Amino acid sequence: MELFANQVLAGIATGAIYACMALAVVMIYQAIDHLNFAQGEMAMFSTFISWQLMQWGVPYWGSFVLTVGFSFVAGIAIERLLFKPLAKAPILTNVAGFIALYAIINSVAGLIWDFTIKQYPTPFGSSPFLGSQLISTHQAGMIGVTILLLILLFIFFRFTRMGLAMRAAASLPESARLVGINTSWMIALGWGMAAAIGSIAGMLIAPVVFLEPNMMLGVLIYGFAAAVLGGLTSPLGAVVGGFLVGVFENLVGTYIPGVGNELKLPIALALIVTVLVVKPAGLFGRPIVKRV
Amino acid sequence: MSAAEEVVTEAPAVEAVPKRAMTLGYGTSLVVLAALILTPLFVKNFIIFQMTMVLIYGLAVLALNILTGGSGQFSLGQSAFYAVGAYTSAILMEHANINYALTLPVAGIICFAFGFLFGQPALRLSGVYLALATFALATAMPQLLKLGYFEHWTGGVQGLVVTKPDAPFGLPLSQDMWLYYFTLAITIGIYIASVNLLRSRSGRAFMAIRDNEIAASAMGIDVSLYKTLAFGVSAGITGVAGGLGAIAVQFVAPDGYTITLAISLFLGMVVGGVGWLPGSIVGSAFIIFVPNMAESISKGLSGAVFGVLLFLVIFLVPHGARQVALVAQQLAAKLKKN
Repeated sequence: MELFANQVLAGIATGAIYACMALAVVMIYQAIDHLNFAQGEMAMFSTFISWQLMQWGVPYWGSFVLTVGFSFVAGIAIERLLFKPLAKAPILTNVAGFIALYAIINSVAGLIWDFTIKQYPTPFGSSPFLGSQLISTHQAGMIGVTILLLILLFIFFRFTRMGLAMRAAASLPESARLVGINTSWMIALGWGMAAAIGSIAGMLIAPVVFLEPNMMLGVLIYGFAAAVLGGLTSPLGAVVGGFLVGVFENLVGTYIPGVGNELKLPIALALIVTVLVVKPAGLFGRPIVKRV
Repeated sequence: MSAAEEVVTEAPAVEAVPKRAMTLGYGTSLVVLAALILTPLFVKNFIIFQMTMVLIYGLAVLALNILTGGSGQFSLGQSAFYAVGAYTSAILMEHANINYALTLPVAGIICFAFGFLFGQPALRLSGVYLALATFALATAMPQLLKLGYFEHWTGGVQGLVVTKPDAPFGLPLSQDMWLYYFTLAITIGIYIASVNLLRSRSGRAFMAIRDNEIAASAMGIDVSLYKTLAFGVSAGITGVAGGLGAIAVQFVAPDGYTITLAISLFLGMVVGGVGWLPGSIVGSAFIIFVPNMAESISKGLSGAVFGVLLFLVIFLVPHGARQVALVAQQLAAKLKKN
């Protein structure tokens, strides 16, 4: 029982990261109907920035805030420069664009900071949380920061003018434009927020997976799985999906023999394919209806 | 979210390419063929090896081209099929001592089956979803290959070493040169078969599905059959390429078939021009030589160079090498007139 509770809690902790990644993916998907294959690499790059800042002597939380700000601006810049001109292009071109971005960021990070694995500090420490052996303080911190982030996002989208405008631009762009919303900038804002959320996910998971240019690949695949499970059209679904996938991953790894660390990615693959085949809209998404 | 769905018939995911624009003219083909046959006689063994790799990746890009340019489906997971083909050949050669040439059809058939089966769930996916599923497949593949369970066959993380075949019948050719001509023969065979496939009834069915799925099914085309068939054919050709790749490189290991390979093949297709079969060779030459050049400038830069060039292609010549070829053709015609 102890093992079960331990694994569930650990699953919720990693699930928090998947939830952030899924949320970032969903935000961009909502804005432009494309999956951002470079989301993980963007987060990785942000994490490296924060690491570099800390190397230069900036305290953890200072670099945290600076990195989130940098990621926000960088996300907007990427959208303005590279993806706005592709808005009307076929899907293939967009996929190619994301793949190109993936390759560039991965390679540049390797070039600047090389491919050796680096330690990344945690501000929460790794002692047992509240004296219990179930989770560490870092895992508890991961869950806490994620929940705080989700609450802030909820408040932003539910109670602010800007949040309302972004939701309008995502659900009915034409009508949103008619009531005077600058939908083009709403998309850029969505990119910025997605990049910022991704950077938080990267900084939180880095102490666990260690810092290196390929660190986010597995996380991204699980983030995709979470987004697909929750429904690509639903931010709430992405979050729930993230936690579910995190717990699922840990339980499968613990209780099904032969599935250790080495099968983690195939499990994510199986999950993605199963959800897409059985319930393509996901748990909370709306089914896509086509009129001919 | 509003209840009002206003999705009209979507624009096709891949731009339509007219059937005639998919191949080269007769004369041009002969010139290219002659160049491919004669060049190895004058260059060093290492360059012959690289040319062999160009042909092999060319086949893989061609396969992707049939899938994407032909039937309008995406795949970021070609590296998975390539890996299965390579491992099939390597295992058959090293464990069962089967002749290398005979392992290729087996690799093709196994990959055809694998692709056909993967195409079943992929049927329900289109556009970005399919890209996502295949992306996950490509990332998962190296882990599957490393699995302790199959280690006896696959050699686990270590991989397998493959012996390079000698030229048969005592032909006075070096191993590299023999392998080059062997690959060239297979490439030409598959190229001709692919061109004919796209010109046939099945090819027209692929293209109808690519341009408008609903209209295609209204015309009586069995959409699910042809979509999975396209996946199968594409995977089969990629498998043969993978088998050839294993023989040429003399080595298979899980880390040779990561998502990077899938990205390279995808990039090769975009650079060569989606739906333009001769472009496959251009694209594959690009993905083999450009990283080398980039590495000579600075180590580890190849990804960035790839990415930047890919963006340039997307923005400046969205139809890749096909567009360049067309412009060249028009220029030549103009010069003739003057």
